[in-house]
Amino acid sequence: MKFNSRHLIDLNKGKSNKVRKRTAPSIKKSRFTLDFSRNKTLYLMALPVVGYYLVFFYWPMYGAVIAFQNYSPMKGIWGSDWVGLDHFVHFMNGHYFWRLIRNTLMLSLYSLLFGFTAPIILALLLNEVRNRFLKNFLQTVSYLPYFISLIVVCELIRVFTESGSPINLLYSYLSGSSGQDMLQQPNLFRSIYVSSEIWQQSGWESIIYLAALTGIDPKQYEAARIDGAGRLRQIVSITLPGLAPTIIIMLILRLGHLLEVSYEKIILLYNPVNYETADVISTYVYRKGLIDNDWSFSSAVGLFNSLINLTVLVLANAISRKFSGKSLW
Amino acid sequence: MRKKSIDWPDRLTVILIGVILSLIVFITLYPLLFVLFASFSDGDQLLAHRGLLWKSLGFNISAYTRALANPAIWSGYKNTITLVLGGVMLNLSLTILGAYVLSRRNVLWNKMLMIFVVVSMFFSGGMIPFYLVIKQLGMMNTLWALLLPFSIKTFHLIIMRTAFLSLPPSLEEAAQIDGAGHWTMLLRVVIPLSMPVITVIVLYTAVDKWNMWFFPSMFIQDRTLYPLQLVLREILIYSQTDTISSGAATGEAYKLGETIKYATIIIATLPVLLVYPFLQRFFVKGALVGSIKG
Repeated sequence: MKFNSRHLIDLNKGKSNKVRKRTAPSIKKSRFTLDFSRNKTLYLMALPVVGYYLVFFYWPMYGAVIAFQNYSPMKGIWGSDWVGLDHFVHFMNGHYFWRLIRNTLMLSLYSLLFGFTAPIILALLLNEVRNRFLKNFLQTVSYLPYFISLIVVCELIRVFTESGSPINLLYSYLSGSSGQDMLQQPNLFRSIYVSSEIWQQSGWESIIYLAALTGIDPKQYEAARIDGAGRLRQIVSITLPGLAPTIIIMLILRLGHLLEVSYEKIILLYNPVNYETADVISTYVYRKGLIDNDWSFSSAVGLFNSLINLTVLVLANAISRKFSGKSLW
Repeated sequence: MRKKSIDWPDRLTVILIGVILSLIVFITLYPLLFVLFASFSDGDQLLAHRGLLWKSLGFNISAYTRALANPAIWSGYKNTITLVLGGVMLNLSLTILGAYVLSRRNVLWNKMLMIFVVVSMFFSGGMIPFYLVIKQLGMMNTLWALLLPFSIKTFHLIIMRTAFLSLPPSLEEAAQIDGAGHWTMLLRVVIPLSMPVITVIVLYTAVDKWNMWFFPSMFIQDRTLYPLQLVLREILIYSQTDTISSGAATGEAYKLGETIKYATIIIATLPVLLVYPFLQRFFVKGALVGSIKG
């Protein structure tokens, strides 16, 4: 059997070699035309997709050269004056540069620290619920905020933190502050941003961990119980280690997007009073570009932001490949 | 004897978990209940009130009648439904086409095409160049600007491609031997076998379109074309409730404005909240597919 099959392969190899040798020149010449005639329908199908990416993705990418110009719509990309890296230099020496970097970093780190751990804790808690109906109910409730639109969520944040509102009363009682609108207090913005992020996302993000938890062998728990381990002990010694691989993968994925803060949400929440802590690079791009119409400068800042995000992604990927052998590419 | 000694901390853990979970349920649901109570409340009492609400203050449905009398709500609904339906059809057809092509083996340019597509996940031209392209295409102030530029989400394309790749090749070979071309293969074999992933993409696209507000605010100036979320933003964030409550005196308008705000939130969110529990399992499936493959 073994001999036969090897023989067969050899036979085929010889045959195909022969064929290739005989027709090599013509195949080489017509490789493209042959492929095209065979896959014509496929290329036709790909046409709208390629068109989409060309128009809505590669064209703006080409358009990003206005970051190196003083772009004026009248002159167009070809006619506008080139200024090299002027806008970048201007941005980096600008008054707001370090504030933007600091805010972007702080919001990202806070989100990572609290936003990343919250769904894990939630999954651990939900895993301890033995009654199936109760568990289903809890899951349905915890996913719910994810489907509420950002506009409504930000309005809820405003309603619950303005003066005289429940959270505001609690906060001013605990801190002894005057109870003014919390979104007008720059020192509170990060907490508001991160805790509302947790409120909206952590239920949804716990799904992946809950799925991973179903993969843990129930026999392990049985064995632990026989050995006299309590609930808490089981969580620490079985559940958490069982979750560890998933946590690591999710952490790596998250690190790749570390500096991508939700600018849509910040735009809905910030105001000139809390720019000090709320304004991040992407909201600055938005304000400069679409409100001040400073297109070239805004594009330069946007490009700077994209480059940083790409660097973070490449770094996270390199780290991940080194430590877990997993990578995106 | 030994068992009893570990029972106590165990019970304590269970109680603690119960307390924490109850607190989480409260924190999650209460804001929504608050909005519901406030929407039925009397304007005066609501403005004078501080702290938590446990029931509606008085009972008054005038906020709802006023909110529903606002033509912007209806045009917003109309535009959003157009976006959801159009978006689902457009995105689905393009995503399926792209995924089908990219999942074929033995196609000369496929590797190049894959790179061409995937680059968009890691880098982009940025907000302003994108805006300028839409402007140059003359799509400003049309619903097309909210459909065409977003008709493929690369992430969805990759998910769908992975699903198509996981179909057994023997099935397709059999179809090919029977003389099926690519269109027949796509419509008769690949699509019917991939309904789960297609459902997931449909639902995700629908939610995306329903919640869209940032790009509409960038591309749409004509108020009659505002999708629901932009109408909501006008009413909520700019507190532009005065036009709705016109007819009432100014002081009255302010009081009514507060309750109209809440009634509008309920009107705009209720459909999602009602539909979601029935579709939950599909979304959950989608979340798993997304995070494993992503």
